[in-house]
Amino acid sequence: MKKENAIYVENLTKMFGDFTAVNNISFEVGKGEVFGFLGANGAGKTTAMKMLIGILKPTSGHAQVASFDVASQADEVKKSIGYMSQRFSLYNDLTIKENITFFGGIYGLKKSVIKEKTQELIDELGLKDEANKLVKSLPLGWKQKVAFSVSLLHNPRIIFLDEPTGGVDPITRRQFWEMIYREAHKGKTIFVTTHYMDEAEYCDRVSIMVEGKIEALDTPKNLKTQYKVDSMNQVFLKLARNIE
Amino acid sequence: MKRFIGFIEKEFYHILRDRRSLFILFGMPIVQVLLFGFAITNEINNVDIAILDHSKDATTKVIIDKIAASEYFSIKQFIDYEAAIEPAFKKGQIKAVLNFEKDFSNKLISEKKATIQILTDATDPNTANTISNYMASILQNYQEELNKGIALSYQIVPKTRLAYNPELKSVFMFVPGVMTVILMLVSAMMTSISITREKELGTMEILLVSPLKPLQVIIGKVVPYILLAVINAIIIILLSIFVFRMPVQGSLFLLGAESLLFIINALSLGILISTISASQQTAMMASLMGLMLPVILLSGFIFPISSMPIPLQIISNIIPAKWFIIILKGIMLKGVGLAYIWKETLVLLGMTLLFIGISTKKYKIRLE
Repeated sequence: MKKENAIYVENLTKMFGDFTAVNNISFEVGKGEVFGFLGANGAGKTTAMKMLIGILKPTSGHAQVASFDVASQADEVKKSIGYMSQRFSLYNDLTIKENITFFGGIYGLKKSVIKEKTQELIDELGLKDEANKLVKSLPLGWKQKVAFSVSLLHNPRIIFLDEPTGGVDPITRRQFWEMIYREAHKGKTIFVTTHYMDEAEYCDRVSIMVEGKIEALDTPKNLKTQYKVDSMNQVFLKLARNIE
Repeated sequence: MKRFIGFIEKEFYHILRDRRSLFILFGMPIVQVLLFGFAITNEINNVDIAILDHSKDATTKVIIDKIAASEYFSIKQFIDYEAAIEPAFKKGQIKAVLNFEKDFSNKLISEKKATIQILTDATDPNTANTISNYMASILQNYQEELNKGIALSYQIVPKTRLAYNPELKSVFMFVPGVMTVILMLVSAMMTSISITREKELGTMEILLVSPLKPLQVIIGKVVPYILLAVINAIIIILLSIFVFRMPVQGSLFLLGAESLLFIINALSLGILISTISASQQTAMMASLMGLMLPVILLSGFIFPISSMPIPLQIISNIIPAKWFIIILKGIMLKGVGLAYIWKETLVLLGMTLLFIGISTKKYKIRLE
């Protein structure tokens, strides 16, 4: 059990009946690292992530997040992580301010802190005019940025992002990744799943999951050298094809 | 606790900003009570009838005047011969024909017996039945007047009294039923929809990743609906007292407590539905087909349970609404206390605990 690691996974397995969704995976994520968690649809990414954020119990193996065990200390894990899902994470029929107040509230932040954070967040994203508008009326890219900021409200040490940029235009995606980097520089650990291979290039290290197993895990640069290709896209295709 | 209040606040934003659910929540009870109270009724008023009088003598005139004077009937036309009855019915304007035989007065005096035929349009059997009963009672009345002062050697005079609802107002029968339906609708359907909505939108996942306990999430979702259901119950009771003059004979406190028990029963059913349905549509269909239909058809709300076939009577026992309607009628109309309805209360309580047990178990399984 290494204390310096943000995430520590050892022989983690999840079975649904006879089907093995996650097959004996092990990896570590260091503090302040941007870790890309890649894989085709159905490769077991989401299942693995659900175990790490404490809403799915592992069948066997261990996982520690923020040095808490995900199976036995799920409550502690939940307090130390932020989470933003591929599906939209804010309430459409609440205003930006109300969403911030609500999510701040369920993480047990004090009213004064929430007020302060709300102001900070609105200034930072330049949403002064939109703060009292329903989230419904915002463009998708803005919603995602607000959702990311909301997942940071309680100052978590580790942030889990499940396909955060799905359906967003390239410029907004770029801005989104700038936000991710800013948080990583502050020492936060980022665990991100994505389908965009160009985004994989932005990560410090990436793992590629195929059929429940981690088939590759290294820096994008090393992976490209290892598979003798120029882009992460080709690495991904090569891996997926070899398995078939 | 502070987290909790924030959660409930958010739930109210959802409800207040969704016009459709607001209408279901507050429009429906009012519309339904008024509809059932005014439009759907077993009473008859100013039913159009026709008279075929073969005698046209003093006695038949008195009887016809008596019928015309009652508020139940209005005489639309006079027919002269039998063959005209059928066409009159077919036109659909009249619901009944009163046919006096020839020499009515004479026969009544000489033979002490004369005959009137009451023909009713039984395409609507309930109305036909009511019409002939009302008609018979007017004639009975007249007969008693005639016999006044004449001592019959043996006489059995049944004196009927219609207890608890002397005027046979059908609204008295419908109010407990409507209240049951509305509370079921608000509590079960609305909560199941609101919980599945969070699942569908993906926000449920965010809530489960937060430090809130699953149980807290569920209670937070349910509490606002308890409040709304209570407000609804109050609206319905006020409407029935002030618009329909329906008395509440028993204790208001007991009425409130029993209503709360039923609301919690319905809510636990709603949670149960939300654990087994993945989308709002499924939740709505499950609530409508699985809950509303049995509540309306098998609870004794509209159709009396005692006249159902035995298998249906047995099935009706597992419908919570049946027990709640018995309780409501007991408290509102008969004014009984807990001593008379403890059995029904116990059944309802048992069902509630069972539903809560099953739904918490189901809910936990989903999280594994």
